[in-house]
Amino acid sequence: MDKLILRRVDQSNEEMILNFGPQHPSTHGVINFLVETDGEVLKRAIPDVGYLHRSIEKIGEIVGYPGFMPYTDRVDYVAAMFANEGYAMAVERLLKLEVPARAQWLRVIANEFCRIASHLVGVGTMTMDIGAFTPFLHGVREREVINDLIEALCGARMTYNYHRIGGVAFDLPEGWRDKALAFLDHFDKFLGEFDRLISFNEIFVKRLANVAVIPGPMAVNYGLVGPNLRGSGVDWDVRRDMPYGAYPNFKFDVPIGKGFFGTTGDCFDRYYVRCLEMAQSSRIIRQALETLPEGEISAKVPRNIKPEAGEALARVESARGEMAYYVVSDGTNKAYRVRVRTGSFSAMCIIEDVSRGLMVADLVALISSLDVIAPEIDR
Amino acid sequence: MNSKTQDLCAGSGKTARGVVLATLAVGFGLPLVLLAAVLLLSPLSKPAMLMAALGAAGVNVSGWSVTGQYVAWIVAIAVLALILLSFGAVISGMTVWWEMRVSSRMQSRVGYNRVGAAGFFQWIADAVKLLLKEDLVPADADALLFRAAPYFVLTGFGLVFVALPFGESLIAADMNVGIFYITAVTALIVVGILIAGWSSNSKWALFGGMRSAAQVISYEIPSGLAAMVPVMMSGTLSMQGIIRSQGAWPWEWHAFTNPFALAAFAIFFVAQLAEGNRTPFDLPEAESELVAGYLSEYSSFRFALFFLVEFGNLWVMSAIAVTLFFGGWQVPFVGPEAFAAARGVGDLPGAAWWGLQILSMLVFVAKTLVVLNVVVWVRWTLPRIRVDQMMTLCWKYLVPIAFVVFVATLLWQMLIARLPVSATVSGAVMFAAAVVTALLFFRQTRQNISAVGDRVDFTNW
Repeated sequence: MDKLILRRVDQSNEEMILNFGPQHPSTHGVINFLVETDGEVLKRAIPDVGYLHRSIEKIGEIVGYPGFMPYTDRVDYVAAMFANEGYAMAVERLLKLEVPARAQWLRVIANEFCRIASHLVGVGTMTMDIGAFTPFLHGVREREVINDLIEALCGARMTYNYHRIGGVAFDLPEGWRDKALAFLDHFDKFLGEFDRLISFNEIFVKRLANVAVIPGPMAVNYGLVGPNLRGSGVDWDVRRDMPYGAYPNFKFDVPIGKGFFGTTGDCFDRYYVRCLEMAQSSRIIRQALETLPEGEISAKVPRNIKPEAGEALARVESARGEMAYYVVSDGTNKAYRVRVRTGSFSAMCIIEDVSRGLMVADLVALISSLDVIAPEIDR
Repeated sequence: MNSKTQDLCAGSGKTARGVVLATLAVGFGLPLVLLAAVLLLSPLSKPAMLMAALGAAGVNVSGWSVTGQYVAWIVAIAVLALILLSFGAVISGMTVWWEMRVSSRMQSRVGYNRVGAAGFFQWIADAVKLLLKEDLVPADADALLFRAAPYFVLTGFGLVFVALPFGESLIAADMNVGIFYITAVTALIVVGILIAGWSSNSKWALFGGMRSAAQVISYEIPSGLAAMVPVMMSGTLSMQGIIRSQGAWPWEWHAFTNPFALAAFAIFFVAQLAEGNRTPFDLPEAESELVAGYLSEYSSFRFALFFLVEFGNLWVMSAIAVTLFFGGWQVPFVGPEAFAAARGVGDLPGAAWWGLQILSMLVFVAKTLVVLNVVVWVRWTLPRIRVDQMMTLCWKYLVPIAFVVFVATLLWQMLIARLPVSATVSGAVMFAAAVVTALLFFRQTRQNISAVGDRVDFTNW
């Protein structure tokens, strides 16, 4: 059987059709693009998704409510905290549970560390795709410390499974707070070093500025979220505009793209918004560690979770943008339907339109500037 | 660097003494033995010297026919070429090791540390591993061209060593068209890369081959024009002639005696980076765009040959830059008279002459390593430019500037003819400026390091 996607390719002319993936070094996981090229210039790149589909949503309907939590890690394994939290929040809304303050605070601390870790990978792989290997390893070096911190917190370095319905799994270990603060002191300085090393590097800026511009209205129409949307100059952050958890208690700025070196919405804006967000995350963690209240880390949750029939939607600001969990309950101990709305999928959709007329090297910059993560696309 | 990495690095301190000694012996011994062989053989590459040496060794050469003498001479030349190529391969391997050590320190990694002290023998292990791999030719590839491509590349690389100087008399053939010859034979490398890209029958390889052709041919122009500047200043194309026309002290080097020559060096350096497919011009094998470019389908020793040439080219380009702009092997306080005096009047030179040769060789190698190190720094710091930017940089900036520098050098030579002191003044001023720039660079580096709360630390190197 012909692959359906091949029917979309225009084979009547002499343009070269390239399979950009699924084992291409810069598609970061298994993503495929069918690229029609005229020499170095792209006619268009057609995204071909589905290589990493694991039926996670269906699994959510088969296992019980608490049992689905470890699976949510796999929705986005680079920033698993948010996938945990979104699901926990949706079920808490179904159960009409009040989460204790300390748990809310711990969630914010863990989330923001996770956001830094994810953005370090995001901007790091971006610099690697542009051809500079050193900044990536510097980023991963810092991420290693965060991994150590999170490991001390919940015992896992990547698939955290830290959040629970009604709270979090573990309290802060002894001495963790000081270690975290010491790391943040170092990390704030590191961001300056990272900017000196790569962000303001002439070649790097020239490669990204004015490349693959996504104007604000277009970003909204395609449903871009998170740093990609903010990179296009749209001021929208779920943490601030639809507050949840402990976020209303903290002061932080929402960086948006201003055309730092070119047009608003170009690759550099999307890149640099992530760099700025890391500084804000560090600011939030400091405040949260400062004001961390005493108390329980989890609400009283029945052993057998059986929410009343109904539906709930929870939106969280993931590292890759707004992540929405829509959970429908039919009154049994298993969800009737679990639906995850993720940022990477809509980011993939926009690639075909934006990629027209780009060069092969720009396509790599575009993909990595959208910070697309393969498992999040397919789930 | 965090403590975990530091502990791992500290492991190199626990290497057994025997391993350290063996590594040091090979690391210094192998190139020295090869260079000593070159040192011994290169004077013999002249027929008269060869016959004299054979005569001294007790061979009755007077009975030989002219053809016999030529055969002996050709054998000597061939052995010399083989040794030079081996030296090139060894240097290329050591460059790999040096680059990996430098890059691992730049990236807070452990890096090579398994085979031999500080992982020095890794390049030998890699070569052995690649030798043992299957030599794969893709089913639909043009098998003949696919197999032939590495030889073009290797030939282009090997031929360069014929005219590459290492010391006062250390050159296989001091041609009167030396730099022109080198420019010509290095062009063979791009032929090999283009063939590799075309014959692989892979779209990625084709992309890489085409990029490489466009890039190398474009950058030949600024590179050639920039190389003309020292040629004009010394009035000869011969590599040794260019070196002899410069002095030993930095303010007597071509790079400083003419302010335009420094610009020419900058152009030459950038163009050579592009010709050697080095970052920021590593477009033909850009792994994040073209998977591996023209190398995509290569495996086994053919792959190793491409790599040998790529890293060997690092040495070649550094050596050419040192020859043209930084006074080559010129040793301070040792002028041509000193060499002539040490040589004596006999058929074979005296011991002092050999000592001076080794000294000049060491000076040349040290200078080349400095330039090579800069290339390594550049590679691990800068991102890659885009293919259109690469073309723009060449045709819109480097070529016009190279022409300006070319004409300005002509005018400068006229000025020197009228006012010879201007070369000295320029040399002193430019050298002082270079020293100040270097000091500022180190100061900035220090500041950058302390800004993140680190300190300058060489202990774990």
